[in-house]
Amino acid sequence: MIPEFEPPLGSHPIPHTLEWGSYKFCQCITHSSLHNSHALCLCTQVINHNTTTILFLTMEHHKPLLPTSSESEGCPSPNPRTRKDKGLLLVLGGFLLLSSLVAYGGYRASHLPHAHVASPTSNHDQHSSKSVPSTKWHPVSRGLSSGVSEKSSTVSFATSQPFPWDNSMLSWQRTAFHFQPDKNWMNDPNGPLYYKGWYHFFYQYNPNGAVWGDIVWGHAVSRDMIHWLHLPLAMVADQWYDKNGVWTGSATILADGQIMMLYTGSTNESVQVQNLAYPADPSDPLLVDWIKYPGNPVLVPPPGIGVKDFRDPTTAWLTPEGKWRITIGSKLNKTGIALVYDTVDFKTYELKEGLLRAVPTTGMWECVDFFPVSKENVNGLDTSTNGAGVKHVMKVSLDDDRHDYYSIGTYDENNVLFTPDDAKNDVGVGLRYDYGIFYASKTFYDQNKARRILWGWIGESDSEYADVAKGWASVQSIPRTVKLDTKTGSNLLQWPVAEVESLRLRSDEFKNLKAKPGSVVSLDIETATQLDIVAEFEIDKESLEKTVESNEEYTCSTSGGAAQRGALGPFGLLVLADDGLSESNPVYFYVTKGSNGNLKTSFCSDQSRSSEANDVRKQILGSVVPVLKGEKFSLRILVDHSIVESFAQGGRTCVTSRVYPTKAIYGAARLFMFNNATEATVTASLKIWQMNSAFIHPFHPDQKN
Amino acid sequence: MSNLNHIFIICSTIVIAMSLMPTYHCRTLKPDDLKLIEKTCNNTPIPNLCLQILKADPRSASADIPHLALIFVDVIKVKANEALIKINKLLKGSGDKQVLKSCAGAYHAILVGDVPMATQALQLGNPKFAEDAVADSSLEAMDCEEDFKGKSPLTKENTYMRDVSDVARAVIRNLL
Repeated sequence: MIPEFEPPLGSHPIPHTLEWGSYKFCQCITHSSLHNSHALCLCTQVINHNTTTILFLTMEHHKPLLPTSSESEGCPSPNPRTRKDKGLLLVLGGFLLLSSLVAYGGYRASHLPHAHVASPTSNHDQHSSKSVPSTKWHPVSRGLSSGVSEKSSTVSFATSQPFPWDNSMLSWQRTAFHFQPDKNWMNDPNGPLYYKGWYHFFYQYNPNGAVWGDIVWGHAVSRDMIHWLHLPLAMVADQWYDKNGVWTGSATILADGQIMMLYTGSTNESVQVQNLAYPADPSDPLLVDWIKYPGNPVLVPPPGIGVKDFRDPTTAWLTPEGKWRITIGSKLNKTGIALVYDTVDFKTYELKEGLLRAVPTTGMWECVDFFPVSKENVNGLDTSTNGAGVKHVMKVSLDDDRHDYYSIGTYDENNVLFTPDDAKNDVGVGLRYDYGIFYASKTFYDQNKARRILWGWIGESDSEYADVAKGWASVQSIPRTVKLDTKTGSNLLQWPVAEVESLRLRSDEFKNLKAKPGSVVSLDIETATQLDIVAEFEIDKESLEKTVESNEEYTCSTSGGAAQRGALGPFGLLVLADDGLSESNPVYFYVTKGSNGNLKTSFCSDQSRSSEANDVRKQILGSVVPVLKGEKFSLRILVDHSIVESFAQGGRTCVTSRVYPTKAIYGAARLFMFNNATEATVTASLKIWQMNSAFIHPFHPDQKN
Repeated sequence: MSNLNHIFIICSTIVIAMSLMPTYHCRTLKPDDLKLIEKTCNNTPIPNLCLQILKADPRSASADIPHLALIFVDVIKVKANEALIKINKLLKGSGDKQVLKSCAGAYHAILVGDVPMATQALQLGNPKFAEDAVADSSLEAMDCEEDFKGKSPLTKENTYMRDVSDVARAVIRNLL
């Protein structure tokens, strides 16, 4: 007979007991002095009249700290605190000492001398680097092609480390300037908006653990979308119509300044419905309290739509008749669709005949987003804008593959139809915002600075084991401006908001750094875990002309990553690398010369050797990137501990990845430039800033100004 | 007279018990149920395992795909529990304690993370989180197995967890 047990998620009040397998945790104490909330438990098990007592650190470590065996103790008395407290304090003190020693070891400040080091200078040309033969490049295994928590496949590294996670490594993973709550699980961005001097960010949050579930709305505010202040939860699951989840939604700001927040509720019977909420006090710029409209739900699944296929209402835009219009994603069999509703008051709705768009085989459309972009200037446009100088973008998150796709086209507001410019790039089958981890994204019009801003949820690509141990999961991307690429006309450009540059501290500049084929150049910067890197690369003309044309089709995800050499690539940077390059995350360009003599470029982020841990995803992410005549190969990379956001050609192709090194952390992380091409010599100019922390923390009343 | 009463009571008890037995023990599924189960299982990596698990669970009768998937999630929960108990036993022996403790952490994560997430995701109709969860439970088990470097005392448990998780994942894919 298997004992039934349900270990509770999250932190627990003091003291408490837990069942864990056949152990009875006599007593657990939550220690706030240790990183993340977890409990120190003294537990006892009685088997065959022998009593074993073990000390456990739960939710973070599951190694017994002090196995002891005592036969004199019987079953624990209800309150044995006083006698055991001293012992626990001693053990705790010992553990703290141990972990501080480990952390100190990780914080080695000393620079090791490098054989091939480029020192930064701003005045004169760089001395050229010495070439290092590429013996360091081993064949790499390819991760599995789908699913969460990918681990290395059949090829195992000699140095591959099973479950190496200690407190130091896990603590390092927390980001310094990306938005994330203090602990627990986060997913979709919700209702972003600008109001009375503050940027607001809401998000899907699980207050009970580091996995998705029990979802409510978190809330934070900022003056600049970088320095965030946590506020209380905006909405919790306290009504029958959102009892099973306060899910994703969007804000519409009316002309008179009223905010209408539409969101999906999972009812007490697990039906997906749409609800209306609005600020309790519009004069409160922090919008702390929210009221749910008493007449909720305002929308229920229409006939023919599955009751669990109806979620994520958009921001509304004005129709020719002066009504408000929203769209909600769904599916019919395997065809993704977008339903359209009109409303005058956000309380009663009219389902429009027809669909905004439908695309077979794409499956359920989540987090639909629909917005205009200007063809002429760089500013963002209010969501209701339409007209001659305007294109429309329709974006969906595909449930099926967990990627965000966008399509550029035209919006016929009278017939309520979106038509893509290019059928190949239809909704859900064409371009992606980001070729790494980036889902459930949502834009809003920032009327403060006339920009359209994009938020994206960046999940984890490690194991649940690690998420439970570290007590949190997920971050958000740095908000990006979105605009039409007027040079190509067929893709969007995304770029981190300018405000992130306020975090830049000192910089190192390298000009005209030459890297011969098969070389690695160490970039002598102070630390390498919080960086803003801007770089340009050029391939020497001779190689470009001499290289033979080929039919080679290069795809980041099926390639050998940075270890696969071609004539004209790969070349780029090794981020989060350690001195011996046992761990590194190459971000690179790979250039091929097509049969018509034209160059084709891919931009990839290679996780395959990013960590010696075997329970993290190890894929090669990326895509082709258009490089126009006269353009150099340019990139920008934001490195922030376990997230690396990479942008090529001014944001034409973006790749966000999560990286979990075991060695290349704290002071041991390094930055290198590399050129693993066989023929091309690459010349690079780089500027690298150390990035300050954003010090995201809970709001205190005296911070209103 | 009292004898007759006794006999009457005994007989009616037997009759009632017998009439109740078929509803409890009866595992004959209706033809439509069987069709869905067979079709679903044929699209999994291990159809036999899939069929064996579903046929053994009375809830598979007239279950839709989310509820079939929930049956597998229950098996994952039970098996993770069993694995933890075995690991606790092994910890007292002479095995590699560090790897055993890591495996305990892996199965603990399956229990506190993957199972609740998959359960809620399937119940509420957000299946991608269920797929993520069972994809993880498969990998957690395989990590544990790999870590023993060939000398695993948990091969049976780890392999079964991987297999059930892979089957569950294939079933959940139907919902995406």
